[in-house]
Amino acid sequence: MIEDSLLFNVLIYLSAAVLAVPLAKRLGMGSILGYLIAGVVIGPWGFGIISNVEDILHLAEFGVVLLLFIIGLELNPTMLWNMRKPIFGLGGSQVLITMLVLFGLALLAGFDWRTALISGMAISLSSTAIALQIMTERNFLSTDTGNKGFAILLFQDVAVIPMLAIMPLLSGRETFDDSGDVMIAALEVIGVIALIIIVGRSLLRPLLRIIAKTQAREIFTAFSLMLVIGISLLMQSVNMSMALGAFLAGVLLADSEYRHQLETDVEPFKGLLLGLFFIAVGMSINFGLFLEQPWEVLGIVAVLVIVKLLIFYTLARISGITMSHRPLFSFILSQGGEFAFVIFAVANSYNAMNTSVSELLVVSVAFSMLITPLLILLYDHVLLPRYTLSKADIEEEDTEIDHNTVIIAGFGRFGQIIARVLHANQIPTTIIDHNPDQIEQVRNFGFKVFYGDVRRKDLLETAGAHKARLLILAVDDREAGFKTIEICRNHFPELTILARSWDLIHHYQLKDKGVDIIERETFHSAVRLAEHSLRELGWDAHHAHRNTLKFTKYDEANLERLYEVHKDRDKLISLTQEAKEEIERIFAEDEHTIVRQNKQDKAWG
Amino acid sequence: MRNYKILVLLAHPNLHTSTINKAMISAIESLDFVLIHNLYENYPDFYINVEEEKRLLKEADLVVFQSPFYWYSVTPLLKLWEDEVLEQGFAYGDGGNELEGKDFLLALSTGGKQEAYRREGYNYYTMTELLTPFAATASLCGMNYLEPFVIHGSYTQNGEQVQNHARQYQQSLQTYVEKGCWVLNEDRRDD
Repeated sequence: MIEDSLLFNVLIYLSAAVLAVPLAKRLGMGSILGYLIAGVVIGPWGFGIISNVEDILHLAEFGVVLLLFIIGLELNPTMLWNMRKPIFGLGGSQVLITMLVLFGLALLAGFDWRTALISGMAISLSSTAIALQIMTERNFLSTDTGNKGFAILLFQDVAVIPMLAIMPLLSGRETFDDSGDVMIAALEVIGVIALIIIVGRSLLRPLLRIIAKTQAREIFTAFSLMLVIGISLLMQSVNMSMALGAFLAGVLLADSEYRHQLETDVEPFKGLLLGLFFIAVGMSINFGLFLEQPWEVLGIVAVLVIVKLLIFYTLARISGITMSHRPLFSFILSQGGEFAFVIFAVANSYNAMNTSVSELLVVSVAFSMLITPLLILLYDHVLLPRYTLSKADIEEEDTEIDHNTVIIAGFGRFGQIIARVLHANQIPTTIIDHNPDQIEQVRNFGFKVFYGDVRRKDLLETAGAHKARLLILAVDDREAGFKTIEICRNHFPELTILARSWDLIHHYQLKDKGVDIIERETFHSAVRLAEHSLRELGWDAHHAHRNTLKFTKYDEANLERLYEVHKDRDKLISLTQEAKEEIERIFAEDEHTIVRQNKQDKAWG
Repeated sequence: MRNYKILVLLAHPNLHTSTINKAMISAIESLDFVLIHNLYENYPDFYINVEEEKRLLKEADLVVFQSPFYWYSVTPLLKLWEDEVLEQGFAYGDGGNELEGKDFLLALSTGGKQEAYRREGYNYYTMTELLTPFAATASLCGMNYLEPFVIHGSYTQNGEQVQNHARQYQQSLQTYVEKGCWVLNEDRRDD
């Protein structure tokens, strides 16, 4: 049957996404809401086109894994270490306080203590997928507020491990002594993490280099995905969060030259799978149950969201987040998360909680995810206009990291000299090259060079082309150079482009394509050698220097003049000939003037 | 080309670290009768375009040398400018009358206080004495040597004082264009 085929399902997901997301964006609702609604429409309670929601949700969770891998790539170990305070301080207090408050409320509502505790734990966690997606879309992660939000999400990812671990102890069955099992499990976890760190530190870079050297782009992409999937499965085998493992792998690669390329390669997969994840959440909302017990569901959703909002707002205030960011910060983190689904599923498998309650809670958590984008809309249209941005806010927002003012494309003999001069003058640069051997070699000399293809718009963007001041084109491939210029002119019009030319024709081609500053590659070294020749012939040093400088000035002016006619070959040739004669005439005249003046003016004699 | 009456030849090798010269320039850069020609910016390699300089000079009624006062003189690019641009046959000698009748002004900033430029001060010589080569240059070119605009003790000035000097500079140039005379504040005179 055609309906069962994989391709048919893929077609449905893609069409739903393609239809719903632009529509949602057009209506100003943001992409997440679009995906969620698309999910509701095609799911069992909408048109019922797709039914096996569980499997899809499982596959799509991998989008969250890739998201954390990419975020890990942006954070090197030092930066992560610097975040330890917000991770444990903010994250720890958030999870603990939320858990206790919800636990208390659940007890008051008459749940038994096990159900109350599990509900409190599950709901204290937010949705990494939704929160991070919103923060990335808004470029919020590089701000102080975004950082704190991220720290909390990171802590939650770790906190889920003990939560799942105590589930057997809460089971209704007879308790049994399993301290030995716990010991073994702990050892396994430590072993796997150590393995990832050791392999990531020592083996991954050389391996990536070998793969990059094959110059087969799809193999590099395949390896990137293989790496993330492998690590995720490894983590899962010891009951750890897959996303956490991918994050760890990302952090370990954050220092490597392949960071930008990995990011560029994984990005589209992340986008699609994350979209699929949101669709799956939309599909899994059990409207049947909602119709049966609408007030219970709405009540739980209201309590969930309001309690979380209050706690996040208070934490935002205590931790010194600026006034205008506090509501946004709370809104972004206000929902129940995907971990809640996992915790409830595990709890049910251990008979640790009341099944009818857990079903209600699953629906409520899904609803709370639907509410987040609505709250963001509220913030954008109602709350934000009320905060006038103060100067302090601007300064705080201005904590962008790692977007250097100068991008050097190509790090061969030419680019290296430029980088050395700029570095000597403390100008930060982002250097990109596509030759792995070359990169490895210069890395030994302490240069930080990234691997990547500068003909790709997305890679230039990851390298910060939309924020940089200058792009220095030092690649040794003409066509690649032209392509890069074209991309920059179309997408990053603010960028000043500097390039070297190989000959007259290339020089004018670069000019036609809109390069701002062009220098001829061998011109200056040739002129310098001419200067040395004059000195060897017995000229005074200063005289030789002045005359070669004079030649340079005339020749450069000439280059500008010839540009006007460079498309007409005959004119170009005749004007070039004329210019050559003119330069010789001018030099003879100037020489004559100096001699004459020295004779007339005794002081010069 | 723009019409201007005053050509300011600015010769400061580290303008980005200067306070006084920067303030003086910002006070006059928007005046439409002033053309500021930043020599260190336009000739970083000390290769002066002599023909262009002559063309600029012809337009001006008043030529200003604006420079810090280093080792009792202007900065070296400005001295090179004199050597190369003030040619025989253009500025002096046979047929060299292109600058005749124009006015010439020095606008200088010094490190030492005004009291230092006296017999009893550590510089011994007065500003008037130290600047005689420029008076002689102007005289040979047939130019009127105006009383120099000097800011003493550049390093000890506070922000308000700097602004005050800059304003006086601007006002003097304004008066020069409007009334055709060169007037300096009493306290600027060399004694």
